[in-house]
Amino acid sequence: MSTVLEVRDLKKSFGGIVAVDRVSFGVEEGEILGIIGPNGSGKSTLFNCILGQLQPTAGDVHLDGRPVTGMRPCDLNRLGVSRTFQLLQIFPQLTVRRNLILAGQEHQGTMLSRLVGRRDAGLSAAADRMLGFFRLGHLADEHAGDLSYGQQKLLDVAMAFMARPRLALLDEPAGGVNLTMLASLRERLKAINAEQGSTFVVIEHNMEFVMALASRILVLAEGRVIAQGDPAEVRRNPQVIEAYLGRGRS
Amino acid sequence: MRRSRSVLAGGVLALAAAFLVFAPLGLKPYGIFILSMWAVMTIAAIGLNLTLGYAGQISLAQAAFVGIGAYITAYLTTKGWPFWSTYLFGGASCFAIGWLLGYPALRVQHHYLAFVTLAFNTLVYLIFRNEEWLTGGIYGISNVPRPSVLGWSMNGAREFYYFCLAHLALVSAATWWLTRSPWGLAFVALRENPIRALSLGVDTRRYTLMAFALGAGLGGISGALYAPLVQFIDPTPFALGLSLNLLLMVVLGGSGYFFGPFLGAIVAVLLPEWLRFTQGFYLMGYAVLVMIMMAFSPGGLLGLADRLTRPAPRTGTGAVAGSPEAARSEGAG
Repeated sequence: MSTVLEVRDLKKSFGGIVAVDRVSFGVEEGEILGIIGPNGSGKSTLFNCILGQLQPTAGDVHLDGRPVTGMRPCDLNRLGVSRTFQLLQIFPQLTVRRNLILAGQEHQGTMLSRLVGRRDAGLSAAADRMLGFFRLGHLADEHAGDLSYGQQKLLDVAMAFMARPRLALLDEPAGGVNLTMLASLRERLKAINAEQGSTFVVIEHNMEFVMALASRILVLAEGRVIAQGDPAEVRRNPQVIEAYLGRGRS
Repeated sequence: MRRSRSVLAGGVLALAAAFLVFAPLGLKPYGIFILSMWAVMTIAAIGLNLTLGYAGQISLAQAAFVGIGAYITAYLTTKGWPFWSTYLFGGASCFAIGWLLGYPALRVQHHYLAFVTLAFNTLVYLIFRNEEWLTGGIYGISNVPRPSVLGWSMNGAREFYYFCLAHLALVSAATWWLTRSPWGLAFVALRENPIRALSLGVDTRRYTLMAFALGAGLGGISGALYAPLVQFIDPTPFALGLSLNLLLMVVLGGSGYFFGPFLGAIVAVLLPEWLRFTQGFYLMGYAVLVMIMMAFSPGGLLGLADRLTRPAPRTGTGAVAGSPEAARSEGAG
């Protein structure tokens, strides 16, 4: 098994505030790594630094051994790195199918060939397969903005997998999703992980969800890694309990 | 419902095309001139619709590109250059300048970008007015010749109208192709959510520059037709007023809708002529119409039509059905 993502001593400061403080970790191929931590612990900032949305103050990010620190998100995406955001990020005025086509089209050919070449190039069929997989097939021709929140969340996640990414970074995929849909989402993510061999890094506040999904958990508090290990280990860690519940409860 | 919408749209289009082909037969030269002006301004508005309507980049510089195209054509054709070379040169020059003007859009957006492009329009206008050695200053350039096509002179009003209409048809076909291509989808993504678009591999930098360049290029082509249409150009028509008028055409017709500029140009170019009998009341009525339209249908005339004829969603939520965002159906206009 090879290391897909390696983060070394990553640091991000905003003025005097250190949001991410010398964080290091690696993710093996096919692994599902969960990242948890209280609000303001630097999880989303860490994602944004890894994905080029923010420039890190210090440290390096390597993808398959290749340095990608500060690389633009679109270039990283074309290297096989996909993501979702903490807040829902779909294109509500496009149909559900066109949302997925958009998520896959930039991986085909060059910019010029996308203008003059074959229009669809199998993207519609791939989009329909993906919609079927996420059980949204009956909504393909509806405007994404007309879907319920849970359906939009599934679409948001489906878009991240449209281009069959090697590495997917999911920021709170379970946020705001009801219990029935939550089980479906977890099952879908596990299926993609098994079938496509994709590697996941998942930020999540829903402990039940992330503990059942991830094979390893990394815990952040005040921008630092305070613990990591398998879910059961992390649950018992006194530092983790203290970070969540406060001093004196561990 | 979807099918009946398509049938209705097809019927309206066929009627409009028939009108455009046969209208000059029953019109006097001035009427034909106004229709030609509509075709020329529609091309400029189609360009602005690409930049603003599809890609979401505000530009108040479209008049400058119409002016650059017009001046290049007027200057060179009066020096004996063949029309087609000046036409291509005008379009290509505007494409290149538009690409450069796109760079500020990579740093600033919305009203800040509006001011950058406004300043550019003013700068170009001042060059037209003050650089007399090149542009003729306030005296402009007169006796701009009209072209010939395969030995057939376009000097007559009717002939030149069909010449402009043929250009409009070509530009429309090319723009239809583009907006239905992955580029069109990338432009919409850039307008609606550039951060998500970037994370999906859309090179927002390149598409932003391309949106400016294509819009400007079409502005240049419009100008290259404008000069032989009026046969005399001076700086006045290319001031900020035309940029605002083109913006109005796009927004009033339906920003981001393919046929929005066609409809907007009818309101801005043809309606004033048809309503001449109302004399001073025309502008007042026009202003009230614009205010009502923007307050109740920010999607413009086509946004309103879309909202009225759009089938109800089948998801059972209907959360945002009928909202301006939902009504903007992928530029399906």
